[in-house]
Amino acid sequence: MLDPQIIVAGVLNGLLAGGIYVLVAVGLTLIYGVLHIINFAHGSLLMLAMYAVFWLWRLVGVDPYIALPLVTAGAFVFGFVLYRLVIGRFSHGRDENILLITLGLSIVVDNIALLFFGGDTQTIDVPYAGRFVELGAAFLPLPKIISFAASLVLCVILGLYMAKSDTGKAIRAVAKERQGARLVGIDVDNIFAISYGIGIACLGAAACLLMPTFYVTPTSGHAFVLVAFTIVVLGGMGSFIGAAIGGFIIGITEALGGLFLGEQLGQIGISLIFILILLFKPTGLFGSKA
Amino acid sequence: MNRTIALCGAGLAAAVIFPLFASNYFVNIGLLVFFVAFIGQSWNIAGGFAGQTSFGHVVFFGTGAYTSTILQVTYGWNPWLAWLAAMLAGAIVGWMIAVLSFRAGLRGSYFALITLAFAEVFRILANSVPFTRGGLGMLIKADQRPLNFQFRDPIWFYYLALALCVISLLIAWRLTRNRFGARLVAIRENEDAARALGIDVFAEKVKVLTLSGAMCAAGGTFYAQKYLYIDPSIAFGVDKSVEMLLVSMVGGAGTIFGPLIGSVALTVINEVTRGLASVVPALKNVQPLSLVVYGIMLVLIVARLPDGLMGLFRRKPRHA
Repeated sequence: MLDPQIIVAGVLNGLLAGGIYVLVAVGLTLIYGVLHIINFAHGSLLMLAMYAVFWLWRLVGVDPYIALPLVTAGAFVFGFVLYRLVIGRFSHGRDENILLITLGLSIVVDNIALLFFGGDTQTIDVPYAGRFVELGAAFLPLPKIISFAASLVLCVILGLYMAKSDTGKAIRAVAKERQGARLVGIDVDNIFAISYGIGIACLGAAACLLMPTFYVTPTSGHAFVLVAFTIVVLGGMGSFIGAAIGGFIIGITEALGGLFLGEQLGQIGISLIFILILLFKPTGLFGSKA
Repeated sequence: MNRTIALCGAGLAAAVIFPLFASNYFVNIGLLVFFVAFIGQSWNIAGGFAGQTSFGHVVFFGTGAYTSTILQVTYGWNPWLAWLAAMLAGAIVGWMIAVLSFRAGLRGSYFALITLAFAEVFRILANSVPFTRGGLGMLIKADQRPLNFQFRDPIWFYYLALALCVISLLIAWRLTRNRFGARLVAIRENEDAARALGIDVFAEKVKVLTLSGAMCAAGGTFYAQKYLYIDPSIAFGVDKSVEMLLVSMVGGAGTIFGPLIGSVALTVINEVTRGLASVVPALKNVQPLSLVVYGIMLVLIVARLPDGLMGLFRRKPRHA
């Protein structure tokens, strides 16, 4: 049996990783909730944002945390334009078709990254990467604590924006009833593009918070795409609270899976949760209906 | 109709005599074209005809490859016999995934995502359990005798791939002629309407995924015998799932010749980008470039040309 202190440390580490997952999953669930499309390109766009953070650091020397506002804004614009130019035009029709279009996008993005950036694993080297904070028996990496806190703050800001601002109210109105929203004078297409942009902006922020402790390769997106879908399905498609709680559950599952089953077999937990939720409770923990 | 038959006959005759004149390089390309068309057709039967879009078809491919390889390497089975066992295993996995997913009522994107997750579970298991030798992969001992499903001359693998491709075309052709195929198309077009017409939607979907699984597993064994090596990321990697889906979608999902046309198109794009790369040194990375082109084609075809490249040959629209 493992030392309980190791388990506590594992849970804490999983919780910290979960913080970033929440940010990634909130973007995905927002896009689903408003647009009713499953954005298969989510992982690939996260990878692209991670490269943006990497190159900003490598070429200009910008610290990833300082780059956060810039990359987040850039990701928003990128998502907005991508929606206007590609996804929006094709997003009406069978949902598998939209899934296939976002799959096509992810193939294009992954391979463009491979073409221009090569297949090497890239990391950035920041002075605070090796710092640890002692919490009871657990040593927690400082950048993970920062990313956890920042991710939660961003989620709260996004939640307030959705609750209070006019745009946020319009987004919620469109998510609930797009015909009705159109009737009261909301520019629905514009709201779609803004929602997609916000979803991708979450990825921009997540990329900045990830890079100090993570690495990026053109296939990095694959690692996140199933995790993000699992969180969103677990929490209930389109549910914000669900995405938040799902993120922490998956973070802890991953950490404990690695601890008990080893590096290789440990990854199986996420896929199994995904399958079991889809088979037995496809509405997830907080979803309204399938 | 007669013209179509004549065209098919001429095409088949050309494919049969082609390797007698072509260099080994081109024989190998032809082999890959037919092989990819075959596994693409296995996807097309479920994804195209019946509309059950799968993102994890590689789960059947890997099941076939590992079943025959383990039986052969660990238990000393004859590979031809192991091939039959592989198809059976593929059918069982197809049946299992279908029963679980369709019993739970998963459709469309949800079905696509759960197949992806199943493939991932199989990949992780193949990486972790002892009898697959984990990440090291499995080598099949070279012993080039036809009885061993290994050939000294690659031409025999070419003819085998051609035969598989022809069989898969015949299966697809049957589906356009028989009631089973008609029921699948009805399910694809409108599942609720199909049910209202008295079609046992669940049973038909389970049947088609079982058939598709067996076919795809046959491809897995073929691959293992050709290269005499498999590992978890070859056998269960997401790339092969995407390849099967791509050739069918690009060529024309739900059409007889779609996967073959798509496979030819993929190869042509590959060779053109290879040629381009030898002229423009900046494009030395060929594989990603052709996949970029293919990804763009997928987006455009899904959006604008639902019958794929086959749609270009059709004079009348399908739903006229």
